Amino acid sequence: MQKTDFFGKKYQECKIGKIAYIAKEKPITLSSGESLSNIPVAYQTYGKLNHDKSNVILLGHPLTADQYAANKHPVTGKPGWWQHLIGRDLAIDTNKFFVICANVLGGCMGSHGPKELNPDTKKPYALDFPIVTICDMVKVQKQFLEEFFAIEKIFALIGGSMGGMLALEWAAKYPETVDSVISVASAAKHTAQNIAFHEIGRQAIMADQNWHQGNYINKKSFPEKGLAIARMAAHVTYLSEDALAEKFGRNLQDKNCPSYGFNIDFQIESYLHHQGMSFVDRFDANSYLYITRAMDYFDLAAENEGNLSLAFKNSEQVKFCIISFSDDWLFPTSESKAILNALNFVGARASFAQIKSDRGHDSFLLKNQEFATVMNSFLEGNYALRS
Amino acid sequence: MRLDLNIIASLVKENSKVLDVGCGDGTLLQFLQNEKHISARGIEINTNLVSAALKKGLAVIQGDADNDLKSYPANSCDYVILSQTLQATKYPDLVLQELQRIAQYIIVSVPNFGYFENRLYLSCKGKMPVTKTLSYEWYNTPNIHFCTIKDFKALATSLGFTIEQQIFVNEALPFSKSFSADLFANIFAKYGIFLLKRGITADTPKSKMAFNLNSKTVIAR
Repeated sequence: MQKTDFFGKKYQECKIGKIAYIAKEKPITLSSGESLSNIPVAYQTYGKLNHDKSNVILLGHPLTADQYAANKHPVTGKPGWWQHLIGRDLAIDTNKFFVICANVLGGCMGSHGPKELNPDTKKPYALDFPIVTICDMVKVQKQFLEEFFAIEKIFALIGGSMGGMLALEWAAKYPETVDSVISVASAAKHTAQNIAFHEIGRQAIMADQNWHQGNYINKKSFPEKGLAIARMAAHVTYLSEDALAEKFGRNLQDKNCPSYGFNIDFQIESYLHHQGMSFVDRFDANSYLYITRAMDYFDLAAENEGNLSLAFKNSEQVKFCIISFSDDWLFPTSESKAILNALNFVGARASFAQIKSDRGHDSFLLKNQEFATVMNSFLEGNYALRS
Repeated sequence: MRLDLNIIASLVKENSKVLDVGCGDGTLLQFLQNEKHISARGIEINTNLVSAALKKGLAVIQGDADNDLKSYPANSCDYVILSQTLQATKYPDLVLQELQRIAQYIIVSVPNFGYFENRLYLSCKGKMPVTKTLSYEWYNTPNIHFCTIKDFKALATSLGFTIEQQIFVNEALPFSKSFSADLFANIFAKYGIFLLKRGITADTPKSKMAFNLNSKTVIAR
């Protein structure tokens, strides 16, 4: 099925790509108690599904990315966010594997989200969209795979940042359906610091007068400034101090001396403004609220009396590879080690590597040979074992 | 496979849970997995070697003995293997104590600083030995805690281990059996391999000499 949607502050029209409608007969009950039926899931695939469906990799995307993991993005025209890792003879080798990536529930790239039309009112849901959780996103993806591809068992779940949360949640809840899991630069919970940064972003969006209590689409306006500020704040958390120092230092932007005013003086300011302004061309403000909230609510230990290992008590047969980056302070190695300890506690088959990095959290999206090799070795090793 | 790895493998019972600390590229774990159907876990500090072990389908954690053993719960393994690793740790005594918590059996191989070549080197040249087995200079060696076979046995006993088996290895020399094993070992063994069991018992260890004759492994009692 094909669908055209509009994007960002310019309401730019674009084709979404592949979409499946799921839960027509079997509604999905959300954590909040609400239920969803006949909802769109926008997805992309790479490689070919083999005859016994044993080569499936489900990829979870990070917060503001989407299903365009390894092909040109229709809105931005840029390559996919893991274009350098997914493809023929790459770390995730599409000669072997069938990779599926779906836009999450609550997203704004074609899957069911606050931008979708509410069939009752014929208007976008906006804040009438139910609050969704990481658990709900996983439920949708699982049902999508079952209904649309008739896939019951996944060879590998892979995800970075929020995508890692999706993979961990899935492995904890449905371990019998998963052979292996790669969690990259992720965590089993959102920390107070993570929540704090997200709250700054949400407050910036909601403080924008063009947000209109979430009803900006009806008013044909857009909380451009709020969303841009949210992105600027978040973007700082994706980088390391060293990366900022090396890339920008205290360099001035197109001038030799400061202006002694509040316009852009420093290169870092210019860079952040650019990041903010390009983000509002492709992302939906309400989606940003919903997805950040879903991440904030994520805490696998809390659902298990505060004991993370209990979350994985049935995951003993799942092979885990937990990967962190040395200078990632948003999803630090300590959070990955907490997952590792919990897995070791239940005797799960856990592997772990900390990759040397110099670009902070963003490192998982950048070219890094060590990271690519670890991921590829884990996939190839386990794939050889099972076939 | 290296002679010492062969000997270590011979000490592991079938279908057991084994943690190899400093597992390298996972050669030993893979061998044990295939031959003895063990449940294998590894720790390795070098990322390239971690990748090599992952490629063998093994569960390996990037880390080291000093920092990452606390991640393993009590009695989570039957055996922990420390193959040429202990001398590179910061606190060998604390590492052994941690291992005691994790497994009932510990298999340790340690280079013997009391080997006669080292003694001759030090006494004749007056310099720290740089040999084929100990190929580093004193200032750049990763082996920061050397001991002799005597030293190691004293530590193991003081930490409450029973030495169930001890195998003294020198690939080059065919040994005469007329020497008392321990005295002989502390001078002529290049390294020792010990099967330690948690807790003190009155049993005397089974001693073995191992050497490599015409590239065929011989383990002599």
